[in-house]
Amino acid sequence: MSIETHIQLALLIPIIGLVGIVLTGRIPNLREAVTLVTATANAINVWSIFPAIQAGARPSVTLFELLPGLTINFTVEPLGMMFAAIASTLWIVNSIYSIGYMRGNKETSQTRFYACFALSISAAIGIAFAGNLLTLFIFYEILTLSTYPLVTHKGTEDAKRGGRTYLGILIATSIGLQLPAIIWTWNLTGTLDFVPGGTLTGKVQGLSAGLLLALYMYGVGKAALMPIHKWLPAAMVAPTPVSALLHAVAVVKAGVFTVIKIIVYVFGLELITTESATNWLIYAAAITLTLASLIAMNQDNLKRRLAYSTVSQLSYVILGAALGTAMGVVGGGMHIAMHAAGKITLFFCAGAIYVALHKTEISDMKGIGRIMPVTMFCFMIGALSVIGIPPLGGSWSKFLLMVGAADAGFQFIIGVLILSSLLNVAYLMPIPLRGFMLRPPGAGDGPVKVQEAPLACLIAICITAALTVVLFFMAQEIFDFLLPITMTGGGQ
Amino acid sequence: MSTAASAGFSLMANLPALQVVVPMVAAPICTFLRFRNGPWAFALLVSAATFWISANLLMQVLGGDVISYEMGGWAPPFGIEYRVDTINAFVLLIVSGISLIALPYALRSVEREVPRDKHHLFYAGWLLCLCGMLGITITGDAFNIFVFLEISSLSTYMLLASGRDPRALTAAFQYLVLGTLGATFILIGVGLLYIMTGTLNIADLAERLGPVSDTTSVRAAAAFLTVGIALKFALFPAHFWLPNGYAYSPSAVGVFLSATATKVSIYVLLRFQFTVFGEIPAFADLDFATLLLPFAVVAFLVGSTVAIFQTDLKRLLAWSSIAQIGYMVAGIGLGGVDGLTAGIVHLFNHAITKAALFMAAGAFFLRVGSMHIDRLAGIGKTMPFTTLAFVLSGLSLIGVPTTVGFISKWYLILAALQHGTAGYAIAAMVLASSLLAVMYVWRIVEVAYFRDPAANQEITEAPLSMLLPLWALTIGCFYFGLETGYSVDIARAAAQSLLGVTP
Repeated sequence: MSIETHIQLALLIPIIGLVGIVLTGRIPNLREAVTLVTATANAINVWSIFPAIQAGARPSVTLFELLPGLTINFTVEPLGMMFAAIASTLWIVNSIYSIGYMRGNKETSQTRFYACFALSISAAIGIAFAGNLLTLFIFYEILTLSTYPLVTHKGTEDAKRGGRTYLGILIATSIGLQLPAIIWTWNLTGTLDFVPGGTLTGKVQGLSAGLLLALYMYGVGKAALMPIHKWLPAAMVAPTPVSALLHAVAVVKAGVFTVIKIIVYVFGLELITTESATNWLIYAAAITLTLASLIAMNQDNLKRRLAYSTVSQLSYVILGAALGTAMGVVGGGMHIAMHAAGKITLFFCAGAIYVALHKTEISDMKGIGRIMPVTMFCFMIGALSVIGIPPLGGSWSKFLLMVGAADAGFQFIIGVLILSSLLNVAYLMPIPLRGFMLRPPGAGDGPVKVQEAPLACLIAICITAALTVVLFFMAQEIFDFLLPITMTGGGQ
Repeated sequence: MSTAASAGFSLMANLPALQVVVPMVAAPICTFLRFRNGPWAFALLVSAATFWISANLLMQVLGGDVISYEMGGWAPPFGIEYRVDTINAFVLLIVSGISLIALPYALRSVEREVPRDKHHLFYAGWLLCLCGMLGITITGDAFNIFVFLEISSLSTYMLLASGRDPRALTAAFQYLVLGTLGATFILIGVGLLYIMTGTLNIADLAERLGPVSDTTSVRAAAAFLTVGIALKFALFPAHFWLPNGYAYSPSAVGVFLSATATKVSIYVLLRFQFTVFGEIPAFADLDFATLLLPFAVVAFLVGSTVAIFQTDLKRLLAWSSIAQIGYMVAGIGLGGVDGLTAGIVHLFNHAITKAALFMAAGAFFLRVGSMHIDRLAGIGKTMPFTTLAFVLSGLSLIGVPTTVGFISKWYLILAALQHGTAGYAIAAMVLASSLLAVMYVWRIVEVAYFRDPAANQEITEAPLSMLLPLWALTIGCFYFGLETGYSVDIARAAAQSLLGVTP
């Protein structure tokens, strides 16, 4: 099969899976088997594109030409390849976890759940491989719509309210800000393609450049740059597998991925570094990542705390892109992968605690490490990775971001990053520490009875926790893979 | 030119006349067919014939030719000339095409909503309405436009009032008053033009108007015509007849009229503004189309906003139509090839989108028996295919990329951006209106999919005779959104010929 076929298959396999899931909806075991087979086939297919991209190929498929120059096109480049690989690989793990979680919780409408999940993954891959802004925009909207039923899954008033906030903010910003930015770009350049080195160089400067960047950055609501971040805590009403894969990986990472794509392939790093009117983004990202950490400290609900932590971590990626230096961009790109592994572990653990003990508030989790030792141990690993302590993945991307900040001449950013890491310690570490050090209330003096989450959940948690360690040692490979995107010509 | 005289009666040469004559003759015949489904089958057959004629006519003029047909052999400008060029061939195809696709759908809807002993009259009215609209479009004679306008209007009043809902009577009466007012204005306009130039032939008018164009009479004629036509296509603030008219008439009528009637009126506007008046300034250096622009902008903002607050699905769609008419007029008002292309292509795009939506609404009505949005709770589970088609067509209404709605809005915004600061404001308002459309479409999605159906209701999926036309149009919304070759190229050619620009 040619690479072009693989690209189309990457979008198609989840859709085929969706049909299979709907058809086998009445037989849960078969339905889950379909999900797992689809997820595996999808991951294998996505990874099969990898070697060619690593060798410098940039395969491209055009499906339709709507109007002259306006196409539905998919072009695979390293960043998109990485994003698609993360999303499709973690989908397998997440499916295993979902089986344990959804059954353990006796959730209803599970067929709709798995079907929407498949559609979301297809949309995420569409975003990853999009060859121009229009294609990206279409899949961006599909991702919003296909995740809405997952957010409101519980069907309670609370879930509906959360869902409305989620949908309202994401749709309003994308149509109200992102789409005008896309049209503006078309008006300036006559193309929407992602071109290495950018298309806007020389076409826009000064205040207009800053304004256009603002339309994009706030228009990509999924990147959760403050004050467009409220949808993410609102989305936490969803079942935890959704929060884990979509609102720690696919959806939010689609947002920051779009940010990097726009800065690298539309604005171009040259324009970003030379045009001082675009520097506001560095400050906006720095403020977001600090403020969100501070807010996270005040959240007692575990998932909400993790959500604010995600808001903060997303701004690391935005910050890297905004710096516009090679190290910054690669560091930001790498942080997509590193944070994905760490944060999905944390969410898995939060879900496991809910399934096993029905606890959602951190203040109720005293001594929980003694009841759920495996879960809490993995939680600690995930937390350490998010904080950025070796030998865990998160340490490399933060290091690169600091180097990038120094290269760009924004030394104070290094201070901001260090402060943020300290805040991360302050809001993440108390959970495992209190979990292991204290005794659970009412447990008496004897040994505490272990009561872990379902096995499927535990397997998934251990896999992602191990992944954070593996990624630490893979950093050089990821770095070499991503570096070409910062070169003129895109390293083809 | 007709070569009928030498070759005897030639079918192909007489297509322009047959386009109007076939439905006109068929209508009275229809009243005699008083057996079950007879009138319906006959109307369908006639519609198929008119569609075939339109398709042939369009193919003949696509190369840029203009067909000039002399009615009864009287040469223009003395006789009545039928004149087919790209733009009206395109509108002819829309009108006859929608009629053809709406009729299979009408069968079940009419059975339920129109008393049995009036079916033959209903379908006769349908054919007359079709005849009137085709006549307006094809004729090259200003007075003839008025005549066909009356034919289509009278039959429209009848169609609107033909259902069982008594509220339809007041709605039809409202439209009658307003429609008569509009027609009178048009007649006054045409009369003034006749006094000034001594001709009624449109092509001839355009030539003779030159020397007298800077007179108050001609400007008054243009004003009367513009306002009269605007009344007919329900441009804000002359829109109030439309929501009730569409909401209380039989579903099939809503499908047919929403997709055709306003489109034909907009075509008439285009014809007068560009072919006849050309650059005649209305006030200072503004032409009439530009003067409509503020009304168009208010129309799409107000229409979309009011649609959000409707509790009746058909009224919601009708208000959305008012907004969509605003887009078409905005495109015309912005002018230039891009603006006109946006306006003209939206004639087609909105026709298929809104027809699909009204079809879905009618199918809900058939099964649920109410158009109240709350009664549609959980309809996504009980009528999955109809609901999915509704949602997909709704995406086109919003203007999501890959649908036809996006193509229209893209051109509209590009046209707006060529007008400096005011243009940016208009582009922003188009986007704002799209956001409003998201809200009113989403309301239905939420009710249909995220609420549980009432327990005591027994609702089944719509019959196949409704689903097939519905899905054909829904797929059309996407097909023509991806393969824009047909619609956009024709619209662009039409825009260029109206503006006299060589491609």
